[in-house]
Amino acid sequence: MRNIIRMIVVLAIMGAFSGGLLAFVKSGTAAKIEYQQLKFVKGPAIKEILQGATNDPIVDRFKIKDGDVDRSFFVGVFDGKADTVAYETFGKGFGGDVGIMVAVNLDTDQVIGIGITTHSETPGLGARAKTDETFRGSFKGLSINEPFKVKTDGGKIDAVSGATITSKGVCAGITASSEFYKKLKPQIIEKAAAFAK
Amino acid sequence: MAIKEKTNTQLFVDGILSENPIFRLALSMCPAVGISTSVMNGILLGTAVLFVQVCSSCTISLVRNYIHPKIRIPTYTLTIATWVTVIDLVLAAYMPVAYKAMGLFVRLIVAFAIITMRLEMFASREPLQKSFFDGLGMGLGFMFAMMVLGFVRELLGSGMILGYDVLGFKPLLFFVLPCAGFFVVGIMMGFFNWIEVVYKRKKEV
Repeated sequence: MRNIIRMIVVLAIMGAFSGGLLAFVKSGTAAKIEYQQLKFVKGPAIKEILQGATNDPIVDRFKIKDGDVDRSFFVGVFDGKADTVAYETFGKGFGGDVGIMVAVNLDTDQVIGIGITTHSETPGLGARAKTDETFRGSFKGLSINEPFKVKTDGGKIDAVSGATITSKGVCAGITASSEFYKKLKPQIIEKAAAFAK
Repeated sequence: MAIKEKTNTQLFVDGILSENPIFRLALSMCPAVGISTSVMNGILLGTAVLFVQVCSSCTISLVRNYIHPKIRIPTYTLTIATWVTVIDLVLAAYMPVAYKAMGLFVRLIVAFAIITMRLEMFASREPLQKSFFDGLGMGLGFMFAMMVLGFVRELLGSGMILGYDVLGFKPLLFFVLPCAGFFVVGIMMGFFNWIEVVYKRKKEV
């Protein structure tokens, strides 16, 4: 009986030590790991759509609570003014959710550019949305406040040929995002201003 | 026991040469075959294993008098898993490219035979200092073996060393394929055995 108690106590103490050590390391590295993941998963899309920004948008980011979800915003500084934010939104594609990074100018509400972050679309068809310049370019300059539609639906977006569902999904995703953009805009402007240089 | 008479230096050197984990003890062959396709991979995984081996050996050696024999395996697992998670998090935070290249293998260190075996055979019986040198030797021995394997496979398979093109052509693509791992490990193991035979014969003469 004494042995059993001793075993339990020893194991419990070691477990507690391990737990403490891991908690310490985890809290020490959490911010760094988040940064690395942003850099490698979303980084390329952010860099591309915020081309010419004088800061590092992945470093200059902030979060805003929207109901239950935390939304991340990446700030782009152009000519010393922090007037552009990029955020991620999701649309229903052909093979699942498509992650879309949208950059919006805070003064004019115009879309600066979009990029695809994660997707599981068909290679060669839907997956081309990620690289198709005409498709992505046709979002530029449009106002985020108006619904985005492909040309066959009476809108202004050139759909990727052979990938209508993906194109519509991206449009729907961005259209849906304008809702929380509008709602959070005052907070976004306030927080983004802190990054101006 | 023979182990007790060894000095720290001997323990250290033995781990690298005469008791090399891969070539002599034939332990942890899974990573040896799986990930030794380049020198860099060998160095990276070797470093991770070195860290886990040294830390686990020291931990177990420190608490060895309190561990009841019946719970030694859970204790080993707990210790190793803790240190592996530490290195896993640190790599993910500071060396993301290396972390990506090694994929699942960092977490798999938990199951590497060499670490558990050293804890069972050595650290659970010996004082801290000796366990430290044993762990260091074993870890470096593993790293050395992985680098040798990586060197041969990278040179012959893709004609490169550490990512630099040294040959300018690819001699045998076969060597970067998984099955070549067995092939190279086998040949190197034979080579090390042969060296020892020659060495012993010279000693006798």
